[in-house]
Amino acid sequence: MINISHSLAIIAVVALCTAFLRYAPFLVFAGRKTVPAWITYLGKFLPPAIMTTLVFYCLRNIEFLKGNFGVPEIIATGLVIILHSWKKNILLTVAAGTILYMVMVQSRIF
Amino acid sequence: MESKKNLRFAFRQTIPVMLGYIFLGTAFGLMLNDAGYHFLWALLISVAVYAGSMQFVMVTLFTGGASLIYTALMTLFINGRHIFYGLSLIEKFKQMGKSYPYMVFSLTDETYSVLCRTKIPEGLNEKKIMFYISLLNHSYWILGSVLGALAGQMITFNTAGIEFSMTALFTAIVVEQWQEKSNRIPVFIGGISSIIFLAILGPDRFIMPALMLSVAAILFMKKVILREGKYD
Repeated sequence: MINISHSLAIIAVVALCTAFLRYAPFLVFAGRKTVPAWITYLGKFLPPAIMTTLVFYCLRNIEFLKGNFGVPEIIATGLVIILHSWKKNILLTVAAGTILYMVMVQSRIF
Repeated sequence: MESKKNLRFAFRQTIPVMLGYIFLGTAFGLMLNDAGYHFLWALLISVAVYAGSMQFVMVTLFTGGASLIYTALMTLFINGRHIFYGLSLIEKFKQMGKSYPYMVFSLTDETYSVLCRTKIPEGLNEKKIMFYISLLNHSYWILGSVLGALAGQMITFNTAGIEFSMTALFTAIVVEQWQEKSNRIPVFIGGISSIIFLAILGPDRFIMPALMLSVAAILFMKKVILREGKYD
């Protein structure tokens, strides 16, 4: 039996905390007439660092010394890098990388 | 007609996320359903919370009867990275008018990445397109999770590995950012910070310190990074 009121309370807490994190920088900086120069600068150069970190975040659970040694991840990520440098078509890249990865994982060839 | 063009352009930008969100959302709905929560719960959570990995953790919080303090700490810990997304979008969002609160609310990893890479063509409305992108992504997530809770058992093909679509999306965006020379030092900074903290703290705790180090290093190396930019 699920506990309805406690579940609703958990949802409220997660929703509020998540919203708080997303609003925090805006609450601090957006009220000002002029945004500080370092924020403008971060706006341009922080995204590439964040995106790179998100790639590591997605791949964080690879175990290089066990199981399949992360081979499917390495091959599929490699394909994504090569294909996207070459064709520059995001749909093609995402579809090809995902399908290749799914085939490798499901067939357990590694 | 103008509006239709904006929507069509926005839709095209979100297709990779659609692929991932519908499937990941379905996985979430299915997991929630298995824990005894029907589709209205999935709907409520995906509308009000809208945070991918945290929603999966949430199912375990439900079934484990976690305390609210523990829930709050877990959320701040897992979603802490979202602080940094806003930090780099303040100026853009300030001009959004009425949709500004929603833009901030719906800033997930994937929406952040699409908003960062999208270059608006001449003649289209940037604000509208940004809003449509956020709204479309959110609706894919809601749709997926409700579908999963309603009919997850009916999915008969093997979806193992579909989560790689998000890895592929982020990797492709890094490749795009790499084309611009001035972005290369920040890409290196992000990579090195991640590796350092993955080695020290492991996969569950590396992301916040890695992002903090990135911010510090990018600010610290301002002169070098701006100099690179001049030769683009």
